[in-house]
Amino acid sequence: MSLKSKLHNLKEKYKGTKMAPAFNALHTFLYLPNETTHGGTHIKAADDLKRTMNTVIMALVPCLIFGMFNAGYQHYLALGQIEAANGFLGASFWTLDNLLVGAMTVLPLVIVSYGVGLAVEFLFAVIKGHEVEEGYLVTGMLVPLIVPVDIPLWMLAVAVIFGVVIGKEVFGGTGMNILNPALTIRAFLFFAYPTWMSGDKVWVHGAKEMAGTPDAISGETILGYYAKAGQELTIAGTNGGSDIVTTYGDRAAELYSYSDMFWGLIPGSVGETSKFLIIIGALFLIFTKIGSWRIMLSTVIGALVMGLIFNGVVDAGWITESSKFYGLMDVPFWQHLIIGSVLFGAVYMATDPVTAAQTNKGKWIYGFLIGFISIMIRVFNPAYPEGVFLAILLMNVFAPTIDHYVVQANVKKRMKRLKVKTA
Amino acid sequence: MSKDIRIKKGLDIKLVGEAEKTTIAAKPSSYYAIKPEDFHGIIPKMLVKVGHKVKAGQALFHSKLDEALLFPSPVSGEISEIIRGAKRKILEIRIQADATQEYQDFGKKDAAKMSGDELKAHLLTTGCWPFIKQRPYDVIANTEKTPKAIFISGYNSAPLAADFDYTLSGKEAELSAALTALTKLTEGSVHVVTKKGGNSPLATVTDVTSHKVSGPHPAGNVGTHINKIDPVNKGEVVWTINAHDLVIIGELLLTGKFNASRTLAVTGSQIEKPQYVTALIGANIKDITANNINLDNTRIISGNVLTGKKETPEGSLGYYHNQITAIPEGDDYEFFGWNKPVFDKVSTSRALTFSWMQPNKKYDLTTNTNGEHRAFVVTGSYEEVFPLDMYPLQMLKSCMYSDLDEMEALGMYEVAPEDFALTEFICVSKQPHQKIIREGLDLMLKEIG
Repeated sequence: MSLKSKLHNLKEKYKGTKMAPAFNALHTFLYLPNETTHGGTHIKAADDLKRTMNTVIMALVPCLIFGMFNAGYQHYLALGQIEAANGFLGASFWTLDNLLVGAMTVLPLVIVSYGVGLAVEFLFAVIKGHEVEEGYLVTGMLVPLIVPVDIPLWMLAVAVIFGVVIGKEVFGGTGMNILNPALTIRAFLFFAYPTWMSGDKVWVHGAKEMAGTPDAISGETILGYYAKAGQELTIAGTNGGSDIVTTYGDRAAELYSYSDMFWGLIPGSVGETSKFLIIIGALFLIFTKIGSWRIMLSTVIGALVMGLIFNGVVDAGWITESSKFYGLMDVPFWQHLIIGSVLFGAVYMATDPVTAAQTNKGKWIYGFLIGFISIMIRVFNPAYPEGVFLAILLMNVFAPTIDHYVVQANVKKRMKRLKVKTA
Repeated sequence: MSKDIRIKKGLDIKLVGEAEKTTIAAKPSSYYAIKPEDFHGIIPKMLVKVGHKVKAGQALFHSKLDEALLFPSPVSGEISEIIRGAKRKILEIRIQADATQEYQDFGKKDAAKMSGDELKAHLLTTGCWPFIKQRPYDVIANTEKTPKAIFISGYNSAPLAADFDYTLSGKEAELSAALTALTKLTEGSVHVVTKKGGNSPLATVTDVTSHKVSGPHPAGNVGTHINKIDPVNKGEVVWTINAHDLVIIGELLLTGKFNASRTLAVTGSQIEKPQYVTALIGANIKDITANNINLDNTRIISGNVLTGKKETPEGSLGYYHNQITAIPEGDDYEFFGWNKPVFDKVSTSRALTFSWMQPNKKYDLTTNTNGEHRAFVVTGSYEEVFPLDMYPLQMLKSCMYSDLDEMEALGMYEVAPEDFALTEFICVSKQPHQKIIREGLDLMLKEIG
């Protein structure tokens, strides 16, 4: 008897029992079901939710692989054991050593994210007797990419449980949630363990353990540097040399070039550093028609507009170097796209169809505001300068309101037609 | 005022098994069946009993709510069986056909010389009224209301649909008579929409408003035309009639006979020689498809693949249908079907689906759902195939939570389930859109009327 018919018999056996959803979830992973249409259209298009979600995962895989190499690269670079790679194809970047460190740190994050998240999903499906829905396939992939490499696994597990239960299941599961579950997990981590998430020690593997020792390495992100751009920074001299006194802003410029930021050879959350690969992923999602180009484009426009406004404020002399906002306000507007994770948020987070605006016009407004508010939070909140996830969560809440007004315009048109007729 | 309509949003689903332009006559069926279910919302009150003799055109039953609304027998013969289902609901009335057909004589009429009321009475007594459907609600027209306009679609854009340019040719006199009659029934215009660049006999009829339409399916759907030409507002009624039913009305006026014959397309990949067949309403599908169908694991549909009704080989041609489609059942598992590249199915996305590379390829689609039922997740995809000026996703949701005010505001009066057939086809969450809309319309009909 073939595997196919064995599984079919098992499916018939489990039918109607508590375990049916759990079994079906595994079964449909292997085989597209034998379900046929009844009532309604007799034929159906090829796409299902699994294929849709799978496409997003495919777009994320390059970011994950790059993230593994980068984890190792940042680790060895901070320890001073390797030379800085020059550009995307730099010799010291794509090495087996880097990948090994990356795999050791990043794969556990992936495993915990999927393991814990899917366990919660299966549990809810069995309790509530509905099918296991595919939403978590993407969330589970996004989560490891938006956390720092050195986050403790237990912390991640707690956050995933919180995010899936409170962010999604209490609303009724996939398709019903108001907030993006991956960002709910990120927000939970940020607010529950702020010292971990906003410090400068979690972004590079090994930085935490070595803090306070003579070998201490800095794991600051570029945003961290820029937020403190005007402040003095003293770097202990090496090899008996005298201490170097500089500012955070100058130090960042010294450490990382624009091309490093674009290619992604910088510290940061696992998957968000390479703007190049994010753009590749975005093009793939737009081409496959899975991701909304409207949201991606309008988010970028929103971020650029806010950046321009801040640049204008600086140019007009309203903000001087003494201001604590000066550092990030002075960043040329286009650079906001290559520092931090605005692009990652725009491509993979803001486009989540369930939590985004659902009308095409609404998507323009929704995306624009995400970009706009992201940069605003980034500049005005120096304690934790990454504003993208807060901006997206905020707009998640407002998305139904945006849709409401867009739909009302259509409704009003219909009302007007009626009035013209009756007048 | 004539208008050219160009539809951009939509999708032509190209399937294997398009009917060749040759027509044969179906062999007469031993019995013909009328199914009250074809008339949505009508509760039948029988006028005949098993064993009664009827002539073609003689009423079999009337609507429980409206005694004047008669439903005729398509053939002359003897009532052989009345099949009932749960709670004695009448499922099928079978009429054993006579060898030579006798027609009830309703008398020749010249529609041009008749008043609207006379015509209305004539259509009701002859059993032609059920051909007239109304929007809102997509049900048989309410006899007490006068429509603001009447819409006829002379273009069938559904997959494998019968080509009206072919099936209606030679019926100019009947069409003209029927359309003249319709102009008497409305204060507004009778809109006839034909395919741009086509050669429809409907386009030559005078004293109606002609329009040309182009673009992908649902360019031929009457709902699309109504939305683009003269949308239905609250409190208004428009009527729609299938072009092939105009022929029956026309012949009735010209000859006094109710001749339920129509030319239908027998299509689909399970049909050995797809072609046109003339048959009567209620004819048996096994006679229509005699020696021409592969019955091995086949889905037989009366109508097209998007809106038609599932039938057994012993089933009968639906009252409003002019097409029989036979496609393979898809009741098999497909290994890793959800993530492997797909070349032999239609998709509007490009998520490892490659139908965008071969826009002219003809597909042999099965009835597999290609996935399981899920909550609504994806947004923005319905709008690509939905040309009406409305928000389809929001409308479906308003039907699901039965918010009458919202349904009304979003434009529920203008739609019929068939307008949501394409969104249902492409739906990633495999939601039953047509059923949702039908239930929404039924609720509105019940609550608002």
